[in-house]
Amino acid sequence: MVSDTERHATYLDPILERHGFAATSLLQVLREAQEHFGYIHADAITYLTQKLKLPRVKIEGVATFYSFLYLQPRGEYRVLFSDNITDHMLGSAALMNQMCQQLWVEPGKVSEDGLVSISTTSCTGMCDQGPALLVNNIAINRLTPERIVNICELIRKRVPLSAWPAEFFAIADNIRRRDILLDSSFESGSALNALLARGSTETLQEIKLSKLRGRGGAGFSTGSKWEFCRAAHGTHHYVVCNADEGEPGTFKDRVLLTGYADQVFEGLTLCARIIGARKGFLYLRGEYRYLLDHLLVVLQQRRDKRLLGSSILGCADFDFDIEIHFGAGAYVCGEESALIESLEGKRGTPRNRPPFPVSNGYLDQPTVVNNVETFAASSLIALRGGAWYAAIGTATSSGTKLLSVSGDCERPGIYEYPFGVTVAQVLADCGARDTQAVQVSGASGVCVAAQEFTRRIAFEDIPTAGAFMVFDHSRDMFEVARNFVHFFAHESCGFCTPCRVGTRLLQNMMDKLARGNGSPYDFAEIEKLDQLLLSMSHCGLGHAACNPVKDTIAKFRPAYDKRLKHHEFEPAFDLDYALSQARQMTGRDDAGAHLGESK
Amino acid sequence: MNTPAKRKLKVATTSLAGCFGCHMSLLDIDERLFDLLELVEFDRTPLTDIKHLGKCDIGFIEGGLCNNENVHVLREFRDNCNILIAVGACAINGGLPAQRNHLDLPTILQEVYHTSHGLAAGSDIPNDPELPLPLNKVHPLHEVVKIDYFIPGCPPSGDAIWKVLTDLLAGHEPQLGHGLMHYD
Amino acid sequence: MSDKTFVLDGKTIPYAEGQTIMQAAMTAGVYIPHLCYHPEFKPHGSCKLCTVKANGRQAASCTQLAQSGVVVESNTGELNDERRALLQMLFVEGNHFCPSCEQSGKCKLQATAYDLNMMSTHFDHFFPDRPVDASHSDYLLDFNRCILCSLCIRASRDVDGKNVFGLAGRGIKSHLIVNAASGQLADTDFTANDKAAQVCPVGVILKKRKGFAVPIGQRTYDLNPISAMPGVKQD
Repeated sequence: MVSDTERHATYLDPILERHGFAATSLLQVLREAQEHFGYIHADAITYLTQKLKLPRVKIEGVATFYSFLYLQPRGEYRVLFSDNITDHMLGSAALMNQMCQQLWVEPGKVSEDGLVSISTTSCTGMCDQGPALLVNNIAINRLTPERIVNICELIRKRVPLSAWPAEFFAIADNIRRRDILLDSSFESGSALNALLARGSTETLQEIKLSKLRGRGGAGFSTGSKWEFCRAAHGTHHYVVCNADEGEPGTFKDRVLLTGYADQVFEGLTLCARIIGARKGFLYLRGEYRYLLDHLLVVLQQRRDKRLLGSSILGCADFDFDIEIHFGAGAYVCGEESALIESLEGKRGTPRNRPPFPVSNGYLDQPTVVNNVETFAASSLIALRGGAWYAAIGTATSSGTKLLSVSGDCERPGIYEYPFGVTVAQVLADCGARDTQAVQVSGASGVCVAAQEFTRRIAFEDIPTAGAFMVFDHSRDMFEVARNFVHFFAHESCGFCTPCRVGTRLLQNMMDKLARGNGSPYDFAEIEKLDQLLLSMSHCGLGHAACNPVKDTIAKFRPAYDKRLKHHEFEPAFDLDYALSQARQMTGRDDAGAHLGESK
Repeated sequence: MNTPAKRKLKVATTSLAGCFGCHMSLLDIDERLFDLLELVEFDRTPLTDIKHLGKCDIGFIEGGLCNNENVHVLREFRDNCNILIAVGACAINGGLPAQRNHLDLPTILQEVYHTSHGLAAGSDIPNDPELPLPLNKVHPLHEVVKIDYFIPGCPPSGDAIWKVLTDLLAGHEPQLGHGLMHYD
Repeated sequence: MSDKTFVLDGKTIPYAEGQTIMQAAMTAGVYIPHLCYHPEFKPHGSCKLCTVKANGRQAASCTQLAQSGVVVESNTGELNDERRALLQMLFVEGNHFCPSCEQSGKCKLQATAYDLNMMSTHFDHFFPDRPVDASHSDYLLDFNRCILCSLCIRASRDVDGKNVFGLAGRGIKSHLIVNAASGQLADTDFTANDKAAQVCPVGVILKKRKGFAVPIGQRTYDLNPISAMPGVKQD
């Protein structure tokens, strides 16, 4: 007779062995355990407490932090519709409704036979080919009512995912404009050879000379970051590639890792040589699970070519390898200190800073965390020199930027431009017509109105991590902001009071306006919450959570005004509905059993 | 008091889902009631037994909202009072009655009228149209109408009530300060 | 740079190298509102009540290191308004019914709200459903009052070496859990002697059969406002 714990040991043991029984691998172990068992069973946790020597609270704390991990059984088929505004604009809500009806299941619940659960998830990074969903964490795009019918059929017949039609899982790169980065016919090892020929210190000088700035949005000087980290004392140095591309509307890293992974990994390896790291990580968002096999192949090819592993390119003192860690549905892990916490197998809570990761990062050691695009660009710089790169773009924003264009345009996809391109130029190139607004850099970014379309994409004007969502005049900018507010409330880590409670209060206020219960009082409350989030929050998530509301209030005020239907304060909830349970229990429906609106 | 009589402020009071403890505290201002009566006259209150209020300067409400009658009375006060004061814990955060909020209302009614011990045979959930219907949840006053001032306490002391009333009558923002400020 | 002082609301405050603004202020007897900070534990910086403006920039004073010459504003109308809003958020997030709470009168959340003149909860209440854990023979856990300060977590982990408490969930669903498969305190190694039994600033971790021991009027914060820092050891 197999004991409860042994049942889990059979699949947990190989996973644990692969991860060396390291507590830092907790998140990876949990994710893989779930791939085997469908969810994380309480007995599995008990087994892990013994094997990883971690307290149960720690494991449960991690397992409940990440949206893609479940402590209760979900459906055999876990369907999550991408909930970004661009998916909504393409009709995702109706498609989800259709699927729920066809499979007889309520949103958020598991069907009675345990077959399927259907819910929503934050932007899955497929905005150029939405509406999109994930089924058991694998992406399916370009949803149509017909495709939903087909998916329902496959689920009903319990066809394993591996036997679903391959075209369902096809993901297009949609590269629409290429410049130096996407045009390069990059040769594996060429940048590393250049590095070894030039020397590490000299290559770092080239990176500095290039004026390359971080592509994750904040724009910190890459050369300085590497230099600080190199100078920082520690027993080990680490290099981390942030591929937790969670900003709604962004999908450039997906494309880079699909077609340019070699160049990205070479960038990590360059950095490792310069800062003295022997170990690197690619922190990949869980939504991009489908990329794993491909990335493992690329890594192995690099090892085979002695571009990874020990004695890289024959240098006895050049050892470096890259491990892939997955996120599991937590936008906040895109913040570099939260990402490091997550890499260490913890809840993705942003750290108090200073100290910064360059001196106290992974396992408290000096760590460089850079964006996928930054590493890809650094490979080019090592190859062609800093001066060449610095000459591209603007004086303070050198090089090119990948934009993830989606929304109301004819040709959504990836556009690479030298920094300094105007919003108007991008709109013309992507075939956008009658454009009302562009949300640059995702939910936390800037909402740009028509009169500002001459502004430029550059750190000195409109900085961006890459998202470029286009809204034509048929769109309601209040609803755009409300979608983003919901996103932040869902993704708040909960660590600090203002963000944990404030994002939820803001969501409630926006929903109140949407229901038609708004008054000038509520509008003033929203403005106060915006201010509080900005001034009191612990990290950028809380600071940014008010951006979409502040911007749309400033630029699309009528979208709010038309929702302030009342002069005087109205309750957020429907008073007549608040009597529904009593009416039902008493069987009353007389006039006295109802509450109308106040006079 | 030899100055010419100023118009007395009209004050109305009521208790919604409360225990009248806050009204007791109002009476606890003791001999200061005489001073108060120099300044105000009472419209609808449990003290005058007036059933509906006319235009008032100040409305003083204890208790939260647990049924539709509470909502009607609150709205009548809001419509007729220039200044509305929520008095006591129940008015401010729902208080003791709101401790039912984590329970489902149908479950409560079932248990109280159908399944609990000692019920008379044929006991049923009252459905007389004369009776107010309970709300799904108990709500503090500020969730339903705009409230101008709050006097916390369970109940607030007579001194606290007096302080807020006299601050208001003197035309400045009420301040309780250490000793008078209490949530219990 | 030998002058190790900074200015807090116009007062010169000396500090030792490595001290935070909060530590230096407390040593100097100056109160900065706080809930998740406790002098015996590593600063956490989550409640944000202690946010000050250091040279015009907002920062949690419990994690911000003191620096020479910095001008710190704390007791200002603007900051106190924002702190009051944070308190109101904590009040509506949980279920804080002071009249029926054993901790009333010595609760730091309540006392801080008194001190910052919080007359109402202002926001709409969430009224969450948080069952009480009465499983343990000597202690009760009333999660309704939890403000997620993590002091019990830090005390159990760092002082008791036990990890009885932990944080689960994310965002508004964040909540305190205990270290047992059953989820019950009785099934953990928690004891009355634990430091974790003594650090709750609100009324979550309560000793059974000992409530309302001190009469109203004589409780900690009946006697002195929290800004007078009763009970804080000053060296």
